[in-house]
Amino acid sequence: MPHPLPEGPDERYAAYLAEGRICIQKCGDCQRHVFYPRIICPHCHGSSLTWHEVTGKGIVYATTVIRQRPDKGGPYNLCLVEMEEGVRFPGRVEGPEPEDVKIGMTVAARIKQEDGNPLVVFDPS
Amino acid sequence: MSFRGKVAAVGVGLAGIGEAPSLSHLDLTAMAAKQALDEAGLSFSDVDGLFAANLQNIFAPLNVGEYLGIRPKLSEGTQIGGSSPVAHLIWAALALDAGLIDTALVCYGSTQRSVAGKLLSPSTSEPLIYEMPYGPRYPISSYALSTSRHMYEYGTTREQLADVAVAARQWAALNPDAFMRSPLTRDEVLESRMVCDPLTVRDCCLVTDGAGAVVLTRSDRARDCRREPIYLLGAAMAHWHRQISQLPDLTVTCASETGPRAFEMAGLKPADIDVLELYDAFSINPIMFLEDLGFCAKGEGGPFVENGGIAPGGRLPVNTNGGGLSCVHPGMYGIFTVIEAIQQLRGECGDRQVPDAATAISHGNGGHFSSQVTAIWGRQETL
Repeated sequence: MPHPLPEGPDERYAAYLAEGRICIQKCGDCQRHVFYPRIICPHCHGSSLTWHEVTGKGIVYATTVIRQRPDKGGPYNLCLVEMEEGVRFPGRVEGPEPEDVKIGMTVAARIKQEDGNPLVVFDPS
Repeated sequence: MSFRGKVAAVGVGLAGIGEAPSLSHLDLTAMAAKQALDEAGLSFSDVDGLFAANLQNIFAPLNVGEYLGIRPKLSEGTQIGGSSPVAHLIWAALALDAGLIDTALVCYGSTQRSVAGKLLSPSTSEPLIYEMPYGPRYPISSYALSTSRHMYEYGTTREQLADVAVAARQWAALNPDAFMRSPLTRDEVLESRMVCDPLTVRDCCLVTDGAGAVVLTRSDRARDCRREPIYLLGAAMAHWHRQISQLPDLTVTCASETGPRAFEMAGLKPADIDVLELYDAFSINPIMFLEDLGFCAKGEGGPFVENGGIAPGGRLPVNTNGGGLSCVHPGMYGIFTVIEAIQQLRGECGDRQVPDAATAISHGNGGHFSSQVTAIWGRQETL
């Protein structure tokens, strides 16, 4: 008997985002959260990953300003956010000037539409 | 398993360092390979192990082998970024020691400067879907993120980063093959165009053409070659991630693993090393590698390099050819850490020669601090 294939984790993540929910996986074996989405847990290699909505709270772990000419849209922030669940999200803090985004800032996740797709960005909180 | 002293580099070659318009990366690779074999007193027909990866051929060993007219018994094309040619040393050593091959050619070539934008690129060939929507500028934005964290945790300063670039330029001024040799000051680095904060264009490696090749053989055969053999005393590789967002601590690379493993095989410790060639894609790299490889404690890399610490006449000779920052960086720099280490140990580096150098490290980095490979070399007396 062939085993049924599971739903693709990338697709599941995108579907939650489209519903307005930021969900990540948690391993039922080692209890650690996992991001980006996977079929197996990269920590204990178990396969009992289930989906959970994040609190959206996080702290800026690392940050940079990507310098770009004004006519191309100007400089913008790129950062890594340590989420309350212990996973790290690549992202962008919106609101402050990009160089005013500092490591240690508390931020909150928000879903915005960008280039026709839902995308997680962060606001200072 | 140890291959300490079992194999030796017997020839090296460089070609097209800087700009090589009208030549292809395979042309340059061939020129470097021929030079390396000539040095060794060997010929292309002696090569039965071919080790090649580049950014212009997905199946690099096939393209390189075909162009050079080599029909290898064994080929290897591990592609883990700029460290790959250093990683190839490990496979070459194992294959030579096992008797599968007798002569290994490790080679790399690129026309990154001349064909600007036409290299195999992660952003087109391999979208990293969770990072890409935020507009990273690979690879510099990933290194900038690491730098931001290193500054936050350890107080590393932009001045210390600038001093890495200044030291590289001072070494390059002593190397007639280096691409950028004009004087560079700390202030000039600090005032140059910001690319990804806190890294300016002078904190970033060059974009050049260039090729390099190394010929290795078993130590018993090496003694019959034309040039002084330089022995591979130890080597180790590791990788922990592909994307910087997956590296748990942005201030610690897996050089913290490859360094101790390579030193253990070599039977040496950091204090025993005379010359260091550390892959400097960005000014933060040598700072973190000095820490991770054990030349100073974590967080002390900034003070270590400050005020000429790794410049000519400083506390430790690092990147004596001028590095990727000022000598050459054609997409992947790893092979050049190997060539400069061997040339230093052969004592043929002219104005930049480190006196009486008997041991050297070639340290390769790949991806976004992703893969790390450490090789330790020694002269005959270190065996």
